[in-house]
Amino acid sequence: MKKSRVAASAVRSKSAAPKPNPRWGREEETEIFAKNVRLFRQGKISDDDFRRFRLQHGAYGSRLRMDYSMVRIKVPGGEITPEQLEKIASLSEAFSIGSAHVSTRQNIQLHWVQLEDVSEVMRGLVEVGLTTREACGNTVRNVMCSHFAGVCPSEAFDATPYAKAIARFLLRNPMCQNLPRKFKINFSCCDSHGLVRVADIGLVPTVKKPSSSSYTTTTTETSDETSRGFKIYLGGGLGAASFIGHLLEDFTPEDRLLATCMATIRLFDRHGNRENMARNRMRYLVHEMGWERFQKMVLKERSIVEMTTSYSTEQLFDVKSHEDTRQLPKASGRMTTMTKLPMLNVKVTKDSLGFERWLHTNAVQQKQEGYFTAFITLGAGDITASQLRVLASAIRDYSAEGVARNTPQQNFALRYVRETDLPNLYEKLASAGLANPGALTIASAVGCSGTTSCNLAITNSHRLAKEVQRKFLELGLDIDDSLRDATIKISGCPNSCGQHEIATIGFFGGATRMNNTMTPTYTMLFGGSAGEAGELGKAVMRVPAKRVIDTTLKIIELYKNERAAAAVAAAGGGGGDEDHHHETLHQWIIRLIKGQGSGSIKNLEGMKAALAQVIQLPSSPQQDPDAYRDYGSDSNFTAKTARGECAA
Amino acid sequence: MRSLTTTTTAATARKKKEAKVPDEDFKLPIVCDADTLRSLIRRKKSVRVVDVRKAEDYQREHIPTAVSLPLARVLENDQPEKIVTLLEELGISDSTPVVVYDDTFGALAARVAWTFQYVGHDNTALLEMTFKQWKELGLETEKQQHTFSRARHLLNIKKEIYVDASYVEAAAKSKPSTLLVDSRERLNYLTEHIPGARNIPYTMVGSEDSILRNAEELKRLIENRGIANDAEIITYCGSVGTLSGLTYYALKLAGFKNVKLYPKSFKEWKALGKPKEEFKEATYWDLSAE
Ligand code: SF4
Repeated sequence: MKKSRVAASAVRSKSAAPKPNPRWGREEETEIFAKNVRLFRQGKISDDDFRRFRLQHGAYGSRLRMDYSMVRIKVPGGEITPEQLEKIASLSEAFSIGSAHVSTRQNIQLHWVQLEDVSEVMRGLVEVGLTTREACGNTVRNVMCSHFAGVCPSEAFDATPYAKAIARFLLRNPMCQNLPRKFKINFSCCDSHGLVRVADIGLVPTVKKPSSSSYTTTTTETSDETSRGFKIYLGGGLGAASFIGHLLEDFTPEDRLLATCMATIRLFDRHGNRENMARNRMRYLVHEMGWERFQKMVLKERSIVEMTTSYSTEQLFDVKSHEDTRQLPKASGRMTTMTKLPMLNVKVTKDSLGFERWLHTNAVQQKQEGYFTAFITLGAGDITASQLRVLASAIRDYSAEGVARNTPQQNFALRYVRETDLPNLYEKLASAGLANPGALTIASAVGCSGTTSCNLAITNSHRLAKEVQRKFLELGLDIDDSLRDATIKISGCPNSCGQHEIATIGFFGGATRMNNTMTPTYTMLFGGSAGEAGELGKAVMRVPAKRVIDTTLKIIELYKNERAAAAVAAAGGGGGDEDHHHETLHQWIIRLIKGQGSGSIKNLEGMKAALAQVIQLPSSPQQDPDAYRDYGSDSNFTAKTARGECAA
Repeated sequence: MRSLTTTTTAATARKKKEAKVPDEDFKLPIVCDADTLRSLIRRKKSVRVVDVRKAEDYQREHIPTAVSLPLARVLENDQPEKIVTLLEELGISDSTPVVVYDDTFGALAARVAWTFQYVGHDNTALLEMTFKQWKELGLETEKQQHTFSRARHLLNIKKEIYVDASYVEAAAKSKPSTLLVDSRERLNYLTEHIPGARNIPYTMVGSEDSILRNAEELKRLIENRGIANDAEIITYCGSVGTLSGLTYYALKLAGFKNVKLYPKSFKEWKALGKPKEEFKEATYWDLSAE
């Protein structure tokens, strides 16, 4: 402990000054909120008006109890300071359940807050510069940015200031206050990280050399000859029906970013469906209109925006003010040629020391030589107040940038950690139960809030994700590199907050009558992926909740068998030219979807047959009632939902 | 649980207030700040400082002049006459100002202070901070154990601050203006509580550097809840009235006049097989990261 303090102060003295706080929150909004709650309780505001107001200010009704709220704290770009984490810790103790929850869109959520206390939570957040404003409701939600932005070896440039600048421009902007439906903007760092194809607007930073007219999303030389811009994807999104976004044009120069976003939002505002709640996201508009028509309209609208937007309005989109002007370590030339964030400690076994295993599964090198990004593995995004305080202190002690980022995998990333500090960081995290391995592996299962708090939930996806993680870590599957690029993501209903459609193996909850008993089940999907080449998963079959873990383990076993068989075939020289004995679980599943399986399982039908056994429940629910129940419940399953306020 | 950010300089800066402490018949406020207490001790005023932590903690060190009265002893002697005897043994007479402290965010101190007031010792205050925070500020401590010559104390039961299960049951049935406040943490409350009770968790009434938020803040929190100023409020918690003791004082500090404690709390309520309100439609326990 002593030792780590010494090291810490050494780092601190070298680390930059605190990052300027953009101050997203406003105190007067907390007072207005408190006043409106009172008026609502006195019956002076209608249910509908109040709901709209409440959502616009970031508070959802809790599961079957509208007197409680889930308060969603926006974290623009996912960037959060130690002071903010400490404040969230105290607010969670005072007004929530003593834990906070990292969402899949870089929000931090406090659950089961009494409606009357929400204004107090907001007040505390304002003190540290945070806001819940427009975290829910029909407006522009939290603007996401890849947690690798700024440190990713493959990025063209750091997209973070752009993400924060557009978030700032759109927050409280009258043009976004009454959209047909919510609107999501995601920035990535490079073509493989980030969720650009499943957002209303997805942006990949790109540079262009004017002379050669060639574009690249990877850094070559960021000299003066290159100009910055983005590849912009429109009309993607996850939900009960999901779509992959379309590329607007090859290159959108940075000075047209604002106009492109404004044009898209204006079109959606004008043409979006305000009647049918189930089909009013922009992706339906794009789908119904046809991409080419929508694309033309956006380009035309953009010209109009550019002609009609005043210089002073444009100035409100102020990227410079969000740039980190502090002296952070610079990227070295050597690292910029790398395409993938390298793994550390290539050889680990189940018997390796905890630290070595953690290093392998939770830390990657940055493009800044000698610096690392370390991940904090949470269980489905949950973190206690005291853990938040330890995390805050770890940021102060070990991150040269002095902030952390939360990730869509529901973890935290601590960046700019020096190699020599990694053991101390590990020790500090371990002292608070924050040093679980597996963050960057299949073990880090994602789970939305499900029946723990969501009105629309059918199943307890949240607990299931935690159970999957526990089991996978227990079995040491996190150190198996052939599983590393695979993901498991779980939603408690078809709405996709758990992002099941971009998982290698995804699940969404439902209810099925089995052997005359209502049973919680999950529809399993295969082959989804994020990134610029992102694909949506394909539904395979239904699996009872209590068979999900066995089923995923069976899939891994089948994969291992097929791979071993391919290896034998290859050794015997008869295996053809394909390298199937090296492929990862994710690659194997993609091949099955395409019907190109080469072993005993050829396609999804083959897979279904191979899993038929493991998904079976005991034939009599009386014999084993627990098998027919959901996680976290000791009574028989019923599917209860109430009016959705769309927790997505 | 709560970290302390203030340093010794804050405490010394506050010393200036010293002069204002009157000399005689000093009536303590609900919460006594550190500097007032230090000044009373230093000027050898007849203040009695009561340490309710475990005896061995007291023996290790304590606030100067403090006497030891572990909460357990109060609970063992849970009859008004016996409590008065305890007061007398500690040299507390009817007019002695008493300041109580603990190391459990004020909850144990609150339960003891409430007991003193119940048997008629009105001039009782809670120290604004825990012993740990006192230490962190670098304030004086000592090891010397104190006994005082026996004092005389009257028994003068203040029945209006105490209720039992049958009172609670009757009020819940026929007095809609009475408000039951459950002081346990949110998840415990959601799981089960006395029908009609509302939840003001003990975690809500404290602040980073004090066992209770200031009066103005508490007032605002409770006003937000739409609770009428003249309401009769009964606080309870899980077992012996500690957490609810703290909420009791929070409500007093917020200016509520008619506050009562149900010291036997939910533990007794359940043991008596009284009705409960439960909420089983959500799996909220699975959100906890513990
Ligand atoms: S709406 Fe469905 S997917 Fe979204 S949080 Fe609720 S249960 Fe999960």
